[in-house]
Amino acid sequence: MSKPSTQELGLQSRRRFLTSIARSVSVVGIMGLGLGLYSKQSQSLPATALRPPGVSDESDFQSACIRCGLCVRDCPYDMLKLAQPGDNVPLGTPWFEARKAACEMCEDIPCVKACPTGALDPELTNIDDARMGLAVLIDQENCIAFKGLRCEVCYNVCPVRGKAITLDRRHNQRTGKHALIIPTVHSDACTGCGKCEAACVVEEATIKVLPQHLAQGKMGDFYRLGWVEKQKAGGSLVTPDLQHNYTLPPGQSYDYEGVGLIQQESKNTPPFGNSALDTLNRGFK
Amino acid sequence: MTATPIQLTGHEAIQQKGWLKTHKWLILRRLSQLSILGLFLIGPLFGVWIIKGNMNSSLLLETIPLTDPYILLQTLFTGYWPETTALTGALIVFSFYFLVGGRSYCSWVCPINIVTDFSMWIRNKLNIKSTFSLSRNTRYWILAMTLIVAAFTGSLVWEFVNPVSMVNRALVFGMGFAWVMILMVFLLDTFVSRRAWCGHLCPVGAFYSLLGKFSLLRVNAVAVDKCNSCMECYTVCPEQKVITPVLQSTGRVTSLINDVNCTNCGRCVDICATEVFRFDLRFNEVEKQVVMQKKFQSNLNNQPHKKEVLS
Repeated sequence: MSKPSTQELGLQSRRRFLTSIARSVSVVGIMGLGLGLYSKQSQSLPATALRPPGVSDESDFQSACIRCGLCVRDCPYDMLKLAQPGDNVPLGTPWFEARKAACEMCEDIPCVKACPTGALDPELTNIDDARMGLAVLIDQENCIAFKGLRCEVCYNVCPVRGKAITLDRRHNQRTGKHALIIPTVHSDACTGCGKCEAACVVEEATIKVLPQHLAQGKMGDFYRLGWVEKQKAGGSLVTPDLQHNYTLPPGQSYDYEGVGLIQQESKNTPPFGNSALDTLNRGFK
Repeated sequence: MTATPIQLTGHEAIQQKGWLKTHKWLILRRLSQLSILGLFLIGPLFGVWIIKGNMNSSLLLETIPLTDPYILLQTLFTGYWPETTALTGALIVFSFYFLVGGRSYCSWVCPINIVTDFSMWIRNKLNIKSTFSLSRNTRYWILAMTLIVAAFTGSLVWEFVNPVSMVNRALVFGMGFAWVMILMVFLLDTFVSRRAWCGHLCPVGAFYSLLGKFSLLRVNAVAVDKCNSCMECYTVCPEQKVITPVLQSTGRVTSLINDVNCTNCGRCVDICATEVFRFDLRFNEVEKQVVMQKKFQSNLNNQPHKKEVLS
């Protein structure tokens, strides 16, 4: 066997070199792909996990948060947690569970101030502008207000009292004579602090704070609300804004502002009674 | 022929210098690692807030921000530009390790180092030999991978699995299942491959090694004339490749351990019975001086008339 030439040896060692590099790149590449897949899964957040104030988009937050826990440390009420392995929340990120401990909505927002990267948006200076989630009266079957009880605890603990949750009266169809006083959440004022969920008196909270993308629907841009458009345009856009005239018997008029049909007192008695029923039933008695 | 008795590593040094001097830097390192953890812990435990946060980012004395530049680099790769606090903090930490040697982080600060050193101790005690070994460059590939995946997913993906930050966070903020990660690193290093984590895989160490390229602090093999080539320094060194350029038996080319992967752990300084090594500044390379002195000496010896004059 002839000795391999130096050129051949060079080729062999180059080949070895390239193969070893390809191996390293492949092994690490496989790791990277696996890690990428795993991260897709571990980025997901359970619906009960809420973020501290100043997070507007979850995926933006995950790129900006460096998992230092300074917000957790500066929370004067110790209600924020840093996700541990096994919590099912992206590891090392701050979160809280409203039912266990809600955000106290400090006016100076120390958690946002503590954040070194701005993952908690430093432009949030008024805590009422925070949107940690949105309260949803999720179970109308078990909320005792729907049974006719005057509970109103969620309404009363709400830090944006009277704005984020209002009490709406409804007819109690079961008894036929009482009112139901129903707490109603308004997304324009609810900060998602979780006080209502924490305070809900029943065994499993019937009002829950959910991340906004779960709590809110979206109408679709193609819907136009006629009355809004009309107001914007200052008049009807479709047909000429003529007032409809009812052909009414003499002595009657129609109020368009909500009163409806108005029966005027008339001096001369009509040929038949005042009530339409009398007319229909005439001859039977 | 008489059999030479097998002596444990460090035996000679202990006889020559005493136990304490043979473990001086090791003890100081453990104290450093534990007291850093301790400083993080006395806040939550006793309400004394010297340092707040964890090793990813913290606030020293309520004023000085400290941010891990590697974590922040991942953040930058996701496409997010952080606030100045984090950038300042990263710059402070960056400058510090730039001066004292990036991988000083590994042996003086990182809590995982205690675990992997323990693994190594068990390997020596039980005489575990495993043949499986990885390339020491794997860590640089992993470093690149963590940044690329961060860029593609827009998330700090490495932080989902990073044992270095996980362990510190677990100790300061609550353990959860983080002990599983510690156990994994321990088993890997003890039974699968020698110094697998810190010496071959860890991208944190890889990042810090690049940072220490121009470090002022180096281990200097100054008294190489006293070296008896016992190779104990080589045995204890966690990054054996770094020590060969200063040893006579492996072909000395310099007196300074200049390799970026030297962790400045000082085990070689400790273990050497004849005190060849010391911590030094990078400018104090003695090799050239020694060579010159030797040449001068030999010149003297070869010139008899001068010798006469001198005597």
